[in-house]
Order: sequence, then structure tokens, then C-alpha cells
Amino acid sequence: MATEKRTIFSPELAARFDRLVTLYPVKRSALVPMLLYSQDEVGYISPEVIVELADRLDIRTNDVESVLSYYSMLRTKPVGKYNVQVCTNISCMLRNGYGILEHCKKRLGIGHKEVTPDGLFSLEEVECIGACCWAPAVQVNYDFYDDLTVEKMDQVLDDYQAGRGKVTV
Amino acid sequence: MADVTFTVDGKKLTAPAGTLLIDACRTAGIEIPAFCYYPGLSLQAACRMCVVRIEKMPKLQTACTTPVAEGMVVQTETEEVKQSRKAVLELLLGNHPLDCPVCDAGGECELQDMTFKYGAGESKYIETKQHREEQKWSPVVYFDRPRCILCYRCVRVCGEGMDVWALGVQNRGVTSVIAPNGGDHLGCEECGMCIDICPVGALTSDTYRYKTRPWEMNHVGTVCTHCGDGCKTTLGVKRSNDGMEIVRGDNRDKSGINNDFLCIKGRYAFDFANRTDRLTTPLVRQADGKLAPVSWEEALTFAANKLNEVRSNRGGNAIGVIGSNRTTNEENYLLQKFARGVLGTNNIDHHRTADYAAFAAALKGKANREASLRDFISAPAMLLLGNDPTEQHPALAWQIRSNVRQNRARLYVANHREIKLRRQAKAAVELPQDGYASFISYLAGNDGAFTGNDANDFREALRKEESLVIAFGSEFRGRDIQALVEFGLSMPNVKFACLGDYSNSRGAADMGLLPDLLPGYVPVASEHKFAEETGIEWPKQPGLDLVQMLDAAGSGEIGALYVVGANPVARYGVDPSALKNTFLVVQDMFLTETAVLADVVFPAANAYEKAGTITNTYGDLQLVKKAADKAGVRSDFELIVRLADKMGADPKKLVPFGKGVRADFGQSRGAQSGEADRHAVWLSANHLEPKLSPFDPFAIFDEIQRLVPSYNVPRLNLLAGNDEHVKSELVQIDTTGSRRDLVLPANDGLYTSGTLGRYSDKLAEVLASKTTEIAETAAD
Repeated sequence: MATEKRTIFSPELAARFDRLVTLYPVKRSALVPMLLYSQDEVGYISPEVIVELADRLDIRTNDVESVLSYYSMLRTKPVGKYNVQVCTNISCMLRNGYGILEHCKKRLGIGHKEVTPDGLFSLEEVECIGACCWAPAVQVNYDFYDDLTVEKMDQVLDDYQAGRGKVTV
Repeated sequence: MADVTFTVDGKKLTAPAGTLLIDACRTAGIEIPAFCYYPGLSLQAACRMCVVRIEKMPKLQTACTTPVAEGMVVQTETEEVKQSRKAVLELLLGNHPLDCPVCDAGGECELQDMTFKYGAGESKYIETKQHREEQKWSPVVYFDRPRCILCYRCVRVCGEGMDVWALGVQNRGVTSVIAPNGGDHLGCEECGMCIDICPVGALTSDTYRYKTRPWEMNHVGTVCTHCGDGCKTTLGVKRSNDGMEIVRGDNRDKSGINNDFLCIKGRYAFDFANRTDRLTTPLVRQADGKLAPVSWEEALTFAANKLNEVRSNRGGNAIGVIGSNRTTNEENYLLQKFARGVLGTNNIDHHRTADYAAFAAALKGKANREASLRDFISAPAMLLLGNDPTEQHPALAWQIRSNVRQNRARLYVANHREIKLRRQAKAAVELPQDGYASFISYLAGNDGAFTGNDANDFREALRKEESLVIAFGSEFRGRDIQALVEFGLSMPNVKFACLGDYSNSRGAADMGLLPDLLPGYVPVASEHKFAEETGIEWPKQPGLDLVQMLDAAGSGEIGALYVVGANPVARYGVDPSALKNTFLVVQDMFLTETAVLADVVFPAANAYEKAGTITNTYGDLQLVKKAADKAGVRSDFELIVRLADKMGADPKKLVPFGKGVRADFGQSRGAQSGEADRHAVWLSANHLEPKLSPFDPFAIFDEIQRLVPSYNVPRLNLLAGNDEHVKSELVQIDTTGSRRDLVLPANDGLYTSGTLGRYSDKLAEVLASKTTEIAETAAD
């Protein structure tokens, strides 16, 4: 049915969505997970994603937008290949979270919610990411780095810059 | 459900288990304030105004989400509760502009009322208020963002209530904002429900905004003059240079058969009444062939002499009368009495939009089988055959949606189009356009009559229903209606509703604007009481119907045509030259396609400018009250009486005024109920007998109630502003003969209303905006 329709998602994700909508008593309950999976695949919630999700759930696009605009972790603009999310909530703040953030800003030459010109990095100041025990913490895409210092942060960024991915810490 | 007993503010109350505390309290007269709670919509619990103290529960509880429980003890106005509500108000007022003196809602604002009650005059917040410019979302809806208190009533009424879902909430926390579906504009049905339901002045209407203050208007509850649903609408009227002008239409009196609902036409399409090109003087065609204003005396004398001339030279049958779908029952009754008794002809008809005569014949003698509009809000199951209520009967569509949503009623839809109500349907069948009759035959058990995918399941489910209301559109006529009713009566507890267009099409048929039937569907040839009561000779030979009359006028067989509030030239595509040898008298508000051909034109009042009764398409009889007034115009009632008088007829025989047949309580209607009513009030104030005026519609209503058994309903309830269902089983129609099918559906949509709709600037503006919207979409 839905898989035969034109979709902007990969066949795997489209199949996953076909199943997902059947798991809830009300179809529209699948919206939030669908938004998250779409963001992982597309990189952000594009207007095309909104249209397709609305269509799949039999709701209007403005309903999707209402939910979408509520959650700060859902993006409507593309981010860098590596999205650096620096926590500045209380534990991290006490352990120099702002220092890490300022350092990233200086090194990458971008501010909050901005992307480097080469599209490699983007930077975001985020609320608690649940790693208070090992503050200060940073999340790059889905990878965690904790107990950071400015030097360690530099190394993390170096690894990504060189395309090594998560090797440090 | 079983009742539970609980205590509120020391009073012992009882309510069914499951009732929300806020409803239970309000029913008992204990007011609990709330912004976000609205009966019938989903629960939001966003505003925290309805908090109460319930014993044995931690913290204050929201009354709008708490069901009552046995032994519950509640305090609704303690110091703690007051303090909490005051704090809520203080937060709401944190960014709410204090522009109450210019705000539309000022004086009827729930936030204002609450602030007045709980007081939050001083605020700890010193931040600068965030101002946003107002936005125009559509030709009718404006949004003032800073005034919004985020109760989400508009979002819910648009989505759940209207099934339009044009409004949403974006962002969160303090940046939350109500957002329309088009980004910066609304793509919706323009019903204005969001504006009506807004507790503050965040949503305002283009027709009313910055026009006046609520307390400067008189508010008159009357009945909408557009479609056949007969919604109650409250008109706000204000004195103007030439009478009383309507400045607002809304639904603040929710006692009507429409409950909370009103569509764009009831709310905003009253503007035809205020148009500057309305006729305000009588016009008579002069020797140079042009219509020119003349005095009333001259116009009435001229028209009467000409009609007399035709009648005495060529007989009454050389005169034809065409009545209206929007005039009151009294005017319709009077018009046919005038045609039959004074002109001496049965050549009388109107634009028929449904076959009410066939429906009356089918229901004759079957009591309580006709559904009121109210039945659709409570019936456990509904069958909709043909028609598209969302477009043609918006109030019916509202009742059906509400019933499905709130009571889990089951809706069955059979239609040849993909109508919007299929979204609410439990089962739906798509029919060919001419397949309705065979589908009924199929439902009745004739398997061969119809084949369709889901037809069998549909029939199985439908036949299991133990109580059903059936609404059918103009797809059904004559024998098809008979067959449908026969099928329906084979099931238990079935009621029927015949859907026709325009506010009083039903009344026109019921009141005998038909060439073969008198009021109450009495055949003209039968023995009847009308002659005996009125002392007038009633012609026995059936007359010409509307189409025959127009043909006869073209061929010269009809010498004079009297058209009251109708536009047959446009509706039936009459060639203007066909009427050039016919003496044409027209009563209308505007110089319509028909009026411009007339020899005499009388400027008529509309339904908002007169009193009387009208009957909606379901047979609900309601009172219309005079709201507006326009210098120069006269009601059709008065015009008919004056014309008859000038023709030499005895007005007392036409309108039994001053006979003292039955006392009419003038004081039960207000001083705003029209000239005749004001006269009656004056009379009773001076200890004189009321109903001494020949223009009192209630003198005719008395006669209708005496002579038309189906209209002999309890009167007091009607005068109190409520609806009474006519007793449709008491018609006297002869069920044997077959009649010619002359039904011509109006095919009006949400933004059209026949000729009248074309004179509404607001409807025209909305229609134009919809056309560009469609063009834009097509270009994408």
C-alpha cells in the first residue's frame, strides 16, 4: 500500500513507517517517532517530510508543524555533518561547560545553531543531556564525550575533522 | 449512569457518575470560571481558572477535568482558590494589552469579567509588553496575537467541531502562538466559530471590528434568512440615518436549534440589508419606458387598477402569482388568500426546492415521524441520502458531527459524490447519480436492485439499527419519497427529514403557495373550511404552476403577474421579451433581473425587518422578530393588504383583525417586534383591544392555527423564542394523484444564497478569495 506510493524516504524507513502507524490505537500517535527517524535520515525536517508524514497519518501539515515546533530537538534547517551539542546546564556549567562552548565557538568560528561554511560542523548550546555525573559533557550527533577539558575537546574536534569519528575518550 | 451525591460549598448535589465537576456545579447554579473549558469540546485544562479545593486531595484541582465522585466535598470560592485565580489572571495580564477601550470584546470579554471579579490590578511583572501587529487571516478573520490567552478553544472548535482543522498551536511556553494552516492566512470554511468562541478579543471579524461597542446595540434573537436550517441568530442593531442598521450577527443566544453553531451566512451575510442600492421608494414604469420613483398612493392605485382591469376583463385566471422562499408563513398564507380570494385564481406557485407535498403525503396520518433538526444531535443512528449538508445545510452537518463525536452515533452515508461527512460515516456507499431509488429498493430487500462493493455490509448494519433518523436531499421526489418512507416505516423508530433550500421553502409549501393545494396541503377541489371561515369564494379548479405561468405569460394567456420576493427571470432563465406584454408587479429589496422588467416595483422589507413565523425544512416552526428597520420599505404583509385594499377588497376579510376571535397578548412580544407589534403594545397600554391593525401578522397566524391543523402548536413556547415542531401527520393531502415534478434545487454552497446572496458584499468577497485560492493552488 503505502510502500507503493512515492516516498522521499529509503525503502527501509518507509517500511518501518508503514508498520509504525499500525502500532498505536490512534494513527497520529506515531508522529513523534516518525519525526525523529525522518530527521536521522534526512538530516532535518524538510517541508517534503512534513507533507509525507501528514499524508501517512491522515492529518494536516499544520498539525505536523504544531508538534514539530514544540520540540527543540527537531530541526527545520540542515545542520553540519557533525552536530556538536554542548550542555550548559547546572552540573556542566559548574564544571566549565561555558568554557567548552566558548572554545568551540572560537575554534569553529560559528555561534549557537550555526553551521561552518564547509558544512562539516554545527554548534548548539543544549539543555541537560543526562550526563551530569561526568560533567562537562558534549554530544556530537549521537556520540557522548564527557569529563571534558578544552584540550580534550580540541582532540574530539580534530578526530572528526580528520574523519576518524569517535576514537577519543 | 448511577447518580452520585457530593457536597459543593456546603450544598448537597446529585449528578450522574462521570459528570465533570464544572458541569455539575454550573447545572446547580454554582459558577466556576474557566477560559479553556467549553462544553462539548475536548478537555484542555490549560487555563487553571477552574481550580477548586477538594477535600482529601493534594493541591487545588481543576474542576473541568475532575469527574464527580460519591462523598466528594468541594469548596469553590475559598481565599486560597481566589488567590490562585488571581495569580492566573496576573500571569495572563502579563502580556495582555490593556486596549479594552478599543477592543471589540470590551464589555463582553471573559478576561475582563474575571479581572473585575478577582482583581489583579497590580502586577509584579514590570517587563515591557511584547506587541505584535494584528494579522488578517481571511476576509472574515483577524488575529491580534498579544490579546490571545492560549485557551485553545478556537483550535478545538475548528478541528473537532467543524472538522476543518485550520488552526494549530506552534512553539511552546511563552512563545506559543495560534497559527493558521496557510502560514499567514486561513484556508477554511469561514464560519467564524473561532471568533465567537474566543473568550477575549484575539480573534475578531472583519464585519464588526472597531464598528461599535456591545452596549450601544440592541440585540434581537431572530432566525437566519438564508438556508433551510433555520438557525437562531442574534442581530446587533444600531440606530442609523435611515432606521436601524444591523452591525453584527452572532450566536450569543445559544438556545436555538443550532446550539453553538452558526455559519458564515448567519454571521456575516446580513449585509444585504445595509446596501445603499436597496429600493426605498415605489417605482412605476413611465410612458418613456423607464422606471421612475412615485408616491406610495400612486404606485398602489396604479397596480390595483391594472390588476382589477385584467381581472374584470379577462377573469382571475389571467393573473399569476409567484411567491417567495423567504417570506414568513403569515405572508405566504396571506398571499395565497389574496390570490384565491381577491384575484380569484389558483395560479400561484413558488420556486420549489424540495418535494414537500410528496413528503406530506407520505407522512399523512403518521404521528411523530418527522425529524426536527434537534433530533440529529441525539439520534443513535443517522442515514444521509443524497445532499451535501456541509455545503447546503451547515447546521445539520454540525449536529451530525457533534452527535458522532459526543455520543458515538452511527452515520450512514449514501451519495453520488464524495461528500465531506463521509469522514464521520460508519459506513458509506457511492451511488450513481440516478441510483437513489434503486438503492432504496435494495435496502428494502430487493437484492437485484443495486450492486455495489460495500452495499451488503451497509444494509446489514443499517437494518440492525433500532432507532434511526433519515435525512434525504432533493434527489428524492414524488414516488421515490413514498418508497423511501415505506422502507423507513418497515424499521422501528424511524424519523425522516426532507432537505430543501432557503429559509422558508417549507413554509411556502405548507402555506399553500401551490396551484393545486391550499394551506395544510388541502386539495383545492375538496370541501374545505377556508371558505366557511373567511366568507370568500375559493376557486376550485387547480391553477397553473410556475413554469406554466411563465409560458402562459409569453404566449399572452396571462395578462398580469404578481411576483413577491422571487426572481424567476434569473432562476428559470426567462427571456425578458417574453414578459413584455404582461403587467408585472414585483415586490423586492433590489432591482433584480425580474424587478427591472416590472411595471410596478414595491420596495420590500427583508426577514430581519419584520415579525412573523417561519418553518425550517425539518418542520420546526420559529418566531422571527423585527431587528432592523429601513426607511421607505414595507413588509410584504403590509404591501399585500394595501394592494388588496386598493383593489376594493375588504381588508377585514383578508386579515381578521379587530374581530376579537382570540386575544393576542401583545406584551409577550417586545417593543422591537415591528410596527404592528408596537401598535399592539400601545393599544394594550391604553386598555384597548390588541390586534386592531390590519398589518398584524398574528391576526393571520391566528387564522392559520384555526384552519391548518398541522400548525396548531402550543403558542406560548413559540412566543418565548423556542421552536415547535409542526404536526406533519395532520395534513389533508389527497395521496392518490400524482403531481408534476417541478423541484429545482438551489444548489447553493457555503458562500451562496440564491439571488439574495448576490447582494451580500461579504459573501462576494469570500467567494472571490476562494476563487483566487483555487487558482493559486492550480498554478502550483
